[in-house]
Amino acid sequence: MTFTREKDFGTPEKHGETVSLTIDGQQVSVPAGTSIMRAAAMVDTAIPKLCATDSLESFGSCRMCLVEIDGRRGYPASCTTPVAPDMVVRTETDKLRKLRRGVMELYISDHPLDCLTCSANGDCELQDVAGSVGLRDVRFGYEGASHLEGCKDESNPYFTFDPAKCIVCSRCVRACDEVQGTLALTVDGRGFASKIAASQDEGFLASECVSCGACVQACPTSALIENTVIEKGTPDKSVVTTCAYCGVGCTFRAEMRGEDLVRMVPWKEGKANHGHSCVKGRFAWGYAQHRDRILNPMVRSSVDEPWREVSWDEAIAHVASEFRRIQSSYGTRAIGGITSSRCTNEETFLVQKLIRQGFGNNNVDTCARVCHSPTGYGLKTTFGTSAGTQDFDSVEQADVVLVIGANPTDGHPVFGSRLKKRLREGAKLIVVDPRRIDLVRSPHIEAAHHLPLRPGTNVALLTAMAHVIVTEGLVDETYVRERCDGEAYAEWAAFASDPARSPEAIEDLTGIPAADVRAAARLYATGGNGAIYYGLGVTEHSQGSSTVMAIANLAMATGNVGKPGAGVNPLRGQNNVQGSCDMGSFPHELPGYRHVSDSATRALFEADWGTVLDAEPGLRIPNMLDAATDGTFKGIFIQGEDILQSDPNTKHVAAGLAAMECVVVQDLFLNETANYAHVFLPGSTFLEKDGTFTNAERRIQRVRKVMEPKNGYADWEVVQLVANAMGLDWTYTHPSQVMDEIARLTPTFAGVNYDVLDERGSVQWPMNAAAPEGTPTMHIDHFVRGKGLFVVTDYVPTDERTGPRFPLLLTTGRILSQYNVGAQTRRTPNEAWHAEDRLEIHPHDAENRGVRDGDWVSLRSRAGETTLRALITDRVAPGVVYTTFHHPDTQANVITTDFSDWATNCPEYKVTAVQVAPSNGPSEWQQSYRAQAEQSRRIEPAEPAE
Amino acid sequence: MTSTDERLAYMAAQILRNFAVKGQKAAIEAATDHIVQFWDPGMKARASAMLGDAGTDLSEDVRAVFERLRQEQPAR
Ligand code: SF4
Ligand code: SF4
Ligand code: SF4
Ligand code: FES
Repeated sequence: MTFTREKDFGTPEKHGETVSLTIDGQQVSVPAGTSIMRAAAMVDTAIPKLCATDSLESFGSCRMCLVEIDGRRGYPASCTTPVAPDMVVRTETDKLRKLRRGVMELYISDHPLDCLTCSANGDCELQDVAGSVGLRDVRFGYEGASHLEGCKDESNPYFTFDPAKCIVCSRCVRACDEVQGTLALTVDGRGFASKIAASQDEGFLASECVSCGACVQACPTSALIENTVIEKGTPDKSVVTTCAYCGVGCTFRAEMRGEDLVRMVPWKEGKANHGHSCVKGRFAWGYAQHRDRILNPMVRSSVDEPWREVSWDEAIAHVASEFRRIQSSYGTRAIGGITSSRCTNEETFLVQKLIRQGFGNNNVDTCARVCHSPTGYGLKTTFGTSAGTQDFDSVEQADVVLVIGANPTDGHPVFGSRLKKRLREGAKLIVVDPRRIDLVRSPHIEAAHHLPLRPGTNVALLTAMAHVIVTEGLVDETYVRERCDGEAYAEWAAFASDPARSPEAIEDLTGIPAADVRAAARLYATGGNGAIYYGLGVTEHSQGSSTVMAIANLAMATGNVGKPGAGVNPLRGQNNVQGSCDMGSFPHELPGYRHVSDSATRALFEADWGTVLDAEPGLRIPNMLDAATDGTFKGIFIQGEDILQSDPNTKHVAAGLAAMECVVVQDLFLNETANYAHVFLPGSTFLEKDGTFTNAERRIQRVRKVMEPKNGYADWEVVQLVANAMGLDWTYTHPSQVMDEIARLTPTFAGVNYDVLDERGSVQWPMNAAAPEGTPTMHIDHFVRGKGLFVVTDYVPTDERTGPRFPLLLTTGRILSQYNVGAQTRRTPNEAWHAEDRLEIHPHDAENRGVRDGDWVSLRSRAGETTLRALITDRVAPGVVYTTFHHPDTQANVITTDFSDWATNCPEYKVTAVQVAPSNGPSEWQQSYRAQAEQSRRIEPAEPAE
Repeated sequence: MTSTDERLAYMAAQILRNFAVKGQKAAIEAATDHIVQFWDPGMKARASAMLGDAGTDLSEDVRAVFERLRQEQPAR
């Protein structure tokens, strides 16, 4: 583990026929279109450069990379000159050295000469190039006009811009344009007077900048530099690991100085992110060291008492004896557990194993219950497997992109940037969303169609699109005939063709003009490769599963499954939500999505684990809570999930938890759920353990430990301690052994192990004898289930209705800088962008209620009431209001109801009938909740040992 | 009828409504299958128990589903 910078080839990789040339006497073969600079770098000849870097198209402004080419006059720039067959290039001649030194002199004369005290000393390209061109002194003197007086912009909490160090190479501007797609930066002024400005020169924080860090990474000097490097110094080693925030699964180099993390730099080799990142993964990791972290286990006999710090031994013994006591008094099925999509595959696998093997039941569920459980049901039913069909690279070949109920630029930012890039290249965009998300209109992007439908009408709208495709003869009949179940198709086509399902018939229901639906359907069906990306705006409805199946129907009918550029792609929320589902976190499925009633699968696990397994499905989270209020479910182990804040109808969750005799919470912080816990086991962060995460494209990637767990144990070790205290005999010494067990028992993972992951960086399941390289695109020749299954998706309106008391529809979502319940991001400077949840309301609805921008308003539903401040905007349609749920003070879930998806009980977060009225402060519930939370968080320190 | 019973009856009715387009008989069959696959034994047992409960106000179709469920449940 030593520190080396990632190799920079100067210009991006190209694909084409091979071209051979000679560079400094060395024969080189590269794809046509490759620059001379890149070709040279491929044979380890580093041509000096300043304005070029391989994440950006070349620009040719610095004139540092000049070369000589036989038969050509002058000294062309190697970054902008492509290779040609039989070309002969020289990169080091006296003339070139002289020219480069002259250019360098100009740069240095306008640059502070404080290398030794500069934060980037030793990690600065300008310094390196000055050395490599042999610059020893500067003839122009330092007295002339310079940029040295410019004042620093320290507004962004994570990085500093120091214009004095800027060489105006425009790498930052191009990174923001090409890689991030935000276009926040410009070169202001011309010639010598030119300087870099964020938006209208308003400073980074106030500008359009989303703090992705791409410009900082691209900057060759310390003009843009991470504050942590200024504070801690340059790193001395690095370890590649995976982001623990969202389901994009960006990989990073964790750059360390000793045991101290200096910065996270997106890894260029990362196959999900290709060297890009968002503000969360790049910068918002400070929570790992936050003083709120709980590092000692704690126990209490009742939730009114303060916490008592205890030893690990005592805490674990207490958990085991409580769980066994409960089981002997109330029965085997009286306890259960919840796995975490934040934890590793190995950890989730062990938690479900603890429950199935140790608790002897299937009462295991996971936070995917509240997000993508309908994806599991819908895609398994139609295609045969519970996962997205593509890799992210596929978007580069998409011609038409249909985004439904997802907001990629906020929720999945790095994928959002890649999508925007493709859209700027000319792919067409259709957005189906009640709210005008940023993608609808952003620099150089304009959706061909935005269908702002009424929340809760997805199925009607998608079926109307199917109606157009079927009745206008746009079905890919050959594909359907060869690839899909004919009988099911015929039934579905007859259903969809019914005039009652036409765009005209549902216009009043969805609020979308029929002509727009027809145009969007035609574009999707005939525009080339059609790719669908969807999010929780699809799943979190009473017909979430039906919507997923309606999407699958559309994709099959148009032949858009089983090839690059197309497919059905759920954008998974949490870093490892795909993995936690794969690992058997659902109460009806063993790892690999095999039903617990399947005796052959059970036999496999039974032989390996030496236990008899329950053949009946277990309880889902909402059913656990019901059973708790009924007095039949008494104990729960919750790893890394805050159900009190994240699950619907907070009061119901609180009542369920309060009715249990032993609630065990394992987390980094005393989260809201812990207010109702009897045992708190401190958790470890992704920086403190080994394991794997699986992202939304089924890509399994390593998480590598860079520091010792501050709490003493990695989470998998804690699960093992509990298991052994309950009488099991687990002897894992490293998570790789858990992965070996997963591979042994799960056919889709058969070829996965840590050696393969280290060698290849990442693999996409299925990975086994039939797919030794893994599977970027699924269902290529046939569907996993054999024939694709069309499913009739009848529109059934939700029971959550607006009426005179609750005339508005509330829908919920999230924002770029915060993450889910905010437990991590609220403990970082990301608060600078989003310090509170706001209620978006249309100007018309606001005026009717006498609400002004920024006013406190009460938000009331049949379930409860909360208050927050209003943000007046026409992003939402009249009749619709919107909020995020990142802050416990707001408790948006006090408002959401118990209604849920018919097939999976995924809560209907996206539709709640509400009323909004001016208010002057927190609701009664908020006040009493706050008091209860404070009371519940008291900690009595451990008594000193004798 | 406890609130959990009400919830189970509601869930069964909701499942039935989503299969209703198949016709009554097929919908009852599909809903039963669904419940067999996804409900835990405690929930299934309560569903059966509700049939005997005089105060229970179940729709005809939900009753039919719970009836089939009772027949399909392993004897315990
Ligand atoms: S800030 Fe850095 S990347 Fe941007 S122009 Fe200046 S030196 Fe180049
Ligand atoms: S941090 Fe990202 S969004 Fe902000 S200016 Fe730099 S590249 Fe653009
Ligand atoms: S896009 Fe997701 S995975 Fe990537 S850095 Fe941001 S939060 Fe992490
Ligand atoms: S690196 Fe080629 S011109 Fe700047």
